[in-house]
Amino acid sequence: MVEFTTVENLIKSHLDDAIVKIHDLTGTADHLSILIISDAFQGKILIDQHQMIMDILKEKLGTNEIHAVQLKTLTKDKARAKGLLS
Amino acid sequence: MSNDNNPFNILGSEKVPVAGGTAVNEKDTSLPLEERIKGLLSSSDVFLFMKGTPDMPMCGFSANVISILNAMNAKYQTFNILEDMDIRQGLKEYSNWPTYPQLYVKGKLIGGNDIIMEMYEDGELGAVLNS
Repeated sequence: MVEFTTVENLIKSHLDDAIVKIHDLTGTADHLSILIISDAFQGKILIDQHQMIMDILKEKLGTNEIHAVQLKTLTKDKARAKGLLS
Repeated sequence: MSNDNNPFNILGSEKVPVAGGTAVNEKDTSLPLEERIKGLLSSSDVFLFMKGTPDMPMCGFSANVISILNAMNAKYQTFNILEDMDIRQGLKEYSNWPTYPQLYVKGKLIGGNDIIMEMYEDGELGAVLNS
């Protein structure tokens, strides 16, 4: 179980332009779906984008505060193309 | 050729899917783990570590990646991690990726089911497979 603002701030402390949206997948606040929009992903393939975030979340996953995550990572251009950002 | 009547074409591919995967066995399992992993990866440009085999996937996510690779008409080799606990545990550390399946192109990890599915849907997978 984890405070969503803690996770959001943790990600933003590494990627300062990040837009972060977190959803609780199970109602137990430990299976999270996280959407991250940041230009830090520019030029990186998807797996490297995901691994950047997994590295940031490592301590929270290691202590089992977060049990599982589903990630969606997008650059700002891609988010605009998908209508997720105006 | 129209592919509308092919009941196996669940992904709506333009091309007729082909079963392009072959499961491999290792010749020498006495080598250090990292060499075994590198040996497997070097056997094919496109390589999938999965649960089960292309003909009989033992997990829905592995089955999904197989159907995507077949829809892309990819030629690839696979390794069944259910048959080897050393590889199953060791590869997670080698790749810093905790789950299966794991798809590699030219020795580089490209992703698991979620990432492969997203790249396929966004039309980005072909370029990576043929890189």
